[in-house]
Amino acid sequence: MSEGPNDPRTDAGEAANSSRDSALSFFQDRFDLDEQLLGAVLDTTLEREVDYADIYFEYTTQDSVVLEEGIVKSGSRHLEQGVGIRALCGERQGYAHSDEINPESMKLAANTARSISQSSGQKSDAVAVGARGAGSHDLYPMTLSPTDVGIEAKIDLISQMDVYARSLDPRIKQVSASVITQHRSILVANSDGQLVGDVQPLVRLNIQLIVEDPEKGLHEVGYQGMGGRYPFEQLTDPGSWKHLVDEAARVALLNLNAEACPAGTMDVVLGPGWPGILLHEAIGHGLEGDFNRKGTSAFSEMMGKRVASEGVTVVDDGTLANRRGSINVDDEGTPSQRNVLIEDGILVGYLTDRLNARLLGTAPSGNGRRESYADLPMPRMTNTFMLAGEDDPRDVLQSVQNGLYAVSFGGGQVDITSGKFVFSISEAYKIENGQVGAPVKGATLIGNGPDVLTRVSRIGSDLELDRGVGTCGKDGQSVPVGVGLPTIRLDAITVGGTSS
Amino acid sequence: MSSAGEVAVRQNSEIVEQALGLVKTAGADAADIVLVRGRSLEARVRGEVVDFVKQAQEQVLGIRVLMNGKGGISSAVTSTSDLATAALEQMARETVALARATEPDPSAGLPSDGFASDWPDLALLDADDRSTSADARIEDARSAEAAAMSFDKRITNSEGSQVGSDFSTVAYGNTAGFIGEYERASHSLFSEPIAGKGENMRRDYWMTASRTLAGLQSPAAVGRVAAERALRRLDARRVPTTEVPVIFESMQAAGLVRQLAGLVSGYAVYRESSFLAKHLGEMIAAPSVTIIDDGRLEGGLGSKPFDGEGLPTRRNTIVKDGKLEKFLVDTYSGRKLGFPSTGNASRGAGGPPGVGTTNLWLEPGSETLEEIIARTDRGLLVTELMGMGFNPVTGDYSRGAAGLWIENGEIAYPVEEITIAGHFGKMLQDIDAIGSELLWLGSVAAPPIRIASMTVAGE
Repeated sequence: MSEGPNDPRTDAGEAANSSRDSALSFFQDRFDLDEQLLGAVLDTTLEREVDYADIYFEYTTQDSVVLEEGIVKSGSRHLEQGVGIRALCGERQGYAHSDEINPESMKLAANTARSISQSSGQKSDAVAVGARGAGSHDLYPMTLSPTDVGIEAKIDLISQMDVYARSLDPRIKQVSASVITQHRSILVANSDGQLVGDVQPLVRLNIQLIVEDPEKGLHEVGYQGMGGRYPFEQLTDPGSWKHLVDEAARVALLNLNAEACPAGTMDVVLGPGWPGILLHEAIGHGLEGDFNRKGTSAFSEMMGKRVASEGVTVVDDGTLANRRGSINVDDEGTPSQRNVLIEDGILVGYLTDRLNARLLGTAPSGNGRRESYADLPMPRMTNTFMLAGEDDPRDVLQSVQNGLYAVSFGGGQVDITSGKFVFSISEAYKIENGQVGAPVKGATLIGNGPDVLTRVSRIGSDLELDRGVGTCGKDGQSVPVGVGLPTIRLDAITVGGTSS
Repeated sequence: MSSAGEVAVRQNSEIVEQALGLVKTAGADAADIVLVRGRSLEARVRGEVVDFVKQAQEQVLGIRVLMNGKGGISSAVTSTSDLATAALEQMARETVALARATEPDPSAGLPSDGFASDWPDLALLDADDRSTSADARIEDARSAEAAAMSFDKRITNSEGSQVGSDFSTVAYGNTAGFIGEYERASHSLFSEPIAGKGENMRRDYWMTASRTLAGLQSPAAVGRVAAERALRRLDARRVPTTEVPVIFESMQAAGLVRQLAGLVSGYAVYRESSFLAKHLGEMIAAPSVTIIDDGRLEGGLGSKPFDGEGLPTRRNTIVKDGKLEKFLVDTYSGRKLGFPSTGNASRGAGGPPGVGTTNLWLEPGSETLEEIIARTDRGLLVTELMGMGFNPVTGDYSRGAAGLWIENGEIAYPVEEITIAGHFGKMLQDIDAIGSELLWLGSVAAPPIRIASMTVAGE
């Protein structure tokens, strides 16, 4: 596949900050952008009284190949390109976007965006846009973008997974597998004169199995995925994808024999890794700066106060190499950071974008993210996890006499204002008399964000990050994120099941 | 580089025909093209301040190429927002190359005939609404916000009141000879106030949506209802774990109907990822339950003259008096299951056709919500559901909930931080009351319903 002679993508990885340089030259070459044009568009926006303006360019290629019923039925490629221009005035934002990237559409958008301000601006010096304020990270250097890998290699991978899955157990009835690759180039120019870009590759491999117990006529589903900002080749390691298929089969077959989950309040042990979704839902969203600036979060008045047990430290870290939730810079050009949210149980930090940082009187934390050029940036999480404690995970488990051991989850949701959160269990076991017992299914955990981490009574030493499958939705915008957790014990949590 | 001028003067159907020509030249055996172009406005007012105003021009073109192979047809889909001829030519070539790389599927292919030929005016927009200014819509948001904020002194804050208006054209054509296009609009208003303070701070929302501005509820009414809903959540309690009748408010009942539609989608059925896959023709719900999908309701938010494959939309009765009458299918999933298309192909530019509902509803009964509550001795009225605790393969259902507790046939107090759980199949069988009022907040509607017994987990 070719994107034409100007495509710089295969040059990535040669120099430090390769992502930034690639993004700059890509947009300059493909759309004839230069510093002068960007400066002129920003000047147009600043003719009204606005505090800040930026121009955001995006060009994203996403490919996917899907296998089902033993056939690779379809391949797809989607190109998304556009430009968005934003004017900030106090807490007001004017935004206009277009999927045509040319001087006319940009000037039209600038005129629309600036209409958020009714008063003329004081004529100041023209904006001199230069490649300054660039990110210092290079978290996902790559010599070959995953979207430049031929479709044959992708078909080969999911076909092998299909054959392997079917060989595992005769009860496996349906196998579907998919591989999705993305190459996202962004460029931000702002009224401070900064010009920052990034190229964000992303890969994702999914397997879903439907199993049947023919005697009982029961069906169950098992799903696993993995991914990140790493080369496609990493997915093709048989050790990795076989483990993924094994896990999907194990959980699906396990749930065929699972009992209905008990309902009521009980002690719960969460396994390491993906159950970190608890932090994302119960804590992370409530600490996003927009809700706190507006005073609409259950955490709004809790800065400096105890919101978790001693020993609980939660961070949001966008700087982890090759992780799905990582970014060199956010969608406003601010370099990503490691932000401590809760330190030894005390609330110490919020996640912010430029607008909310300014209104809260803090520095932007590198969390201003957006799904695409068609969206306004908002404070969003990156990779959110709890640091490891000192307990042996086996001791954490054995400390519970009767309760629930939750190993994996589906999705979750939170009401920011009340703090109430919920998430669905996909693999769990009863704990009876201090022993892990029968598998249970169909359960939901529910709780209150500012309260739930005060119920942490044991923290294991086994911090794990998830396999790279998280997608976070907020105000209709989806962004890739990561979570992580060591084995922890939570005292007296409400479990919603059907069995008493 | 794309050229604004070139695109602006071309009609949608011309672009579709041009793209069909380009894919045929590139070697496609068959193809279809979907083009969606439009403009949109969104704005939010919070307190007395305009939070944001967002305006856009959008266009996206989707290509599907079908190649004849041994024992079937292989396919690929692509999309692009760059409509310049050079970009379309390149996309056409790439789509053909992708389709050649995938494997033949005996069920794939365009519909052979039965395309929509003429259709009634479905009242999908009011042309006069085009001239409504952004400021006028922002004024609606201001009015709703003011009505919510001034409703009661316990309304302390808000996430804002938001308006949206968009106008778009959908054009679709294929190499089997169909080409058509239609225009549509949608307008909405949404208000989300916050009542109370500190730990007793609760939000709720209310909304209205319509194809025409005249069809929207008044901003003042939306703001007032939103405020009432937030206020009634204050001082909520938890309840002990128990089994009681559960009443779903209209909005939540519509959610159940939407989940049912997922279970009868042809794709879920042939993939065996629906627990209803083997129950066609059986009683799957209480005899009072009738569920209909109709793509040609005048002014319906789900209405369209033809589906994502160019076939006419129609009225399909999915469940009749409790009996599962029909799966919803497009051409592909219909071929897999041995049924003709029900006119439910849903096609965005970003993917191949799938199955989607049009205007979907549960037929109302004869009781008011008040009457249903009055004959509920002890139970729960669900006003909000959270989380994704529904497994369509097994029917296991367990979700976070908030609502109002009922004692002796009356609303007693608000409840929260509880879950409701059951088996979806049994829930359908256990529907023992259906309200009389159908509420359309989108393309799916239901009256309030009562389920005889569910597990409520709390303290």
